[in-house]
Amino acid sequence: MSLVKTINLNSMFNYDSQSFKLFTKEIVDKIKELVGDKEYVIMEFCGTHTHEISRYALRSILPKNLELRSGPGCPVCVTAEEDIDYIINLVLENDLGVITFGDIVNVPGSVASLSYLRAMGKDVKVVYNPMESIKIAENNLNKNYVLVGIGFETTVPMLAHTLINIKQKGLKNLFYLSLHKLTPPATIALLNSNEVKLDGIIGPGHVSTIIGTKAWEDIAYKYKIPFVIMGFEPQDMLFGIYVLLEKIINKEYGVWNTYLRSVRYEGNKTALDLIFKVFRISSANWRGLGIIPDSGLELNDEFKEYDVKLRFPLTKEIKVRKTACRCGDVLRGAIKPYECPLFAKACKPSSPKGPCMVSSEGSCAAYYLYEMN
Amino acid sequence: MEKLVLLSYGSGGELMRELIEKDYLKYLSNPILDELLDSAVFELSGKLAFTTDSYVITPIFFKGGDIGSLSVYGTANDLAVVGAKPLFISLSFIIEEGLPIKDLHKILESISNASKGINVNVVTGDTKVVEKNKGDKIFINTAGIGVIEPNRDWRSRKVDVDDVVIVSGDIGEHGLYIMLERLGMKTDEIVKSDMGYVGSFVLPLLDNFEGIKFVRDATRGGVATVLNEIAYKYNVEIEIEEDLIPTKDWVLQASEILGIDPLYSANEGKVVIIADKSQAQDIINFLKKFELSANATIIGKIITNKKPRVYLLTKIGSRRILESLKGDILPRIC
Repeated sequence: MSLVKTINLNSMFNYDSQSFKLFTKEIVDKIKELVGDKEYVIMEFCGTHTHEISRYALRSILPKNLELRSGPGCPVCVTAEEDIDYIINLVLENDLGVITFGDIVNVPGSVASLSYLRAMGKDVKVVYNPMESIKIAENNLNKNYVLVGIGFETTVPMLAHTLINIKQKGLKNLFYLSLHKLTPPATIALLNSNEVKLDGIIGPGHVSTIIGTKAWEDIAYKYKIPFVIMGFEPQDMLFGIYVLLEKIINKEYGVWNTYLRSVRYEGNKTALDLIFKVFRISSANWRGLGIIPDSGLELNDEFKEYDVKLRFPLTKEIKVRKTACRCGDVLRGAIKPYECPLFAKACKPSSPKGPCMVSSEGSCAAYYLYEMN
Repeated sequence: MEKLVLLSYGSGGELMRELIEKDYLKYLSNPILDELLDSAVFELSGKLAFTTDSYVITPIFFKGGDIGSLSVYGTANDLAVVGAKPLFISLSFIIEEGLPIKDLHKILESISNASKGINVNVVTGDTKVVEKNKGDKIFINTAGIGVIEPNRDWRSRKVDVDDVVIVSGDIGEHGLYIMLERLGMKTDEIVKSDMGYVGSFVLPLLDNFEGIKFVRDATRGGVATVLNEIAYKYNVEIEIEEDLIPTKDWVLQASEILGIDPLYSANEGKVVIIADKSQAQDIINFLKKFELSANATIIGKIITNKKPRVYLLTKIGSRRILESLKGDILPRIC
């Protein structure tokens, strides 16, 4: 029998704005009662939660002794310097065109960002839909392109779909760089490191929609920690935090789903099948966390011919230059964004020194934009 | 074969003369332009407003308008918000070779309709054609001149504590719609740009209310960015309420899907107004009479004159800072 308990939040969304505020007040009062004068630290893994917590100023209404720590759940942020440096070298050595998504072009590697490369006149294209890469490659048959795939379990199905189409069309000038990452292994790495003592975890809503609540069960039991999966509306999060606190205080551990509108125990089987039609599990390099075994995805044998690393091996070794950016520490929850010496001084959303300030899901950007009181 | 704009159209020779005499004059003819001199020559008196802008939007044709009408309204809007009645505009086309001539005609026709509709004349212009891949179909640079009647000049009025913040209608439409369009999403008829000429209500408003202290059209960067500009210009703290901000359902839905806050999304027919509290309700009643400002709403007020800052009271009752737009949400939307 599944130990996942479920609570129905669906009826909560027809409220008018006055009831919204009443609900907020009531649930915040209940949370205050639960917290009392004890100190608790809970972590939201997901970058969208980080963003919404800041956007709705939840910290300002929740008790100060309940700390919300941001984790490594922003896919752009966890992209390692080495990987940006690799793409830059790939372009400089082989004159490949790069096709990628919004934020990643502004992420600094240890020397430059892709947007710098674009300003130098290199072919760096930002698409909104990865399927656009096919059109670009078809229209420029004598140029080689690399599609840079980033994202957690949520985004991978879309890219897997793109790769299947690339193969069906037999394109010979479009290659793939998989920077995809899987969230449960990173959570394990964080819990193993013991750097931050966590009382409970706000489970990611979008990722869990794909992988299901079951993906978190083993972790919850092994580390004896409660996970509550939440949606992204402020009332979802407040209610979820309330449930999480109850579990912490009652010393219960396990996985609870408060995002029933979207998350199922088994996850989305169609999406999972699509992912593993194209990819297989590999290790991955996380900014701040280093190389974590089984936390990434590489193309499987059937799609290996599109692996840009196999097709265009680099001749130079990449040496990453150390910078003062402490994004890695922020991603592990070891420091808060404002504890980095660069925060809001040398590093701002308009001139980011690290990816946590680039992405709208990054905790540095969220703190800078919404919490600079 | 479809007729295309060729490099030679911009070279100053025979083809260009043909383009100007046949096509431009056909759509844009007026006594000043028809002289075809190197400069437009005219007489004006009074206080003048002078503005310039460039339009590089993709796609060039969209629901609610196109790059042609956008360049006319956008330029006229910049004049109208400072209280100027737009009179003359210039148009400079930078065309990428290969643009279908029929697209150029469509754009000229749209410019013609837009400028006639608001009584401005295109009095001078220029055309350059750049090689394929050196541009993106067509860029339009404009300049505009207008006259400010003394009673419409709000610049010296003092913005102060208790003044109200008004938006002239539902926010965020142009930016979010263009984003959906660029994503290739199929959208309903109601999902479109809000592009329009704000002078239609701003100028009569200024004629009737001395309590109007500031007007700006909330284009790139959206309402949040304009509010921050106001906070810095007058060193005031502004507080707005999320619940009061008029927003269409499709905008909320699109913003949810795309992760873009409507407060940062561009508008092309909406203004932010700072007005004296004593006239606030009358101003709203007045604005409601005009089609483009029928949903005008008071969304907040100025709370102190101590430091430049904007706050948002969220829908759950918490309060946070509302920053101006940082970086890019969408390249090239207006």
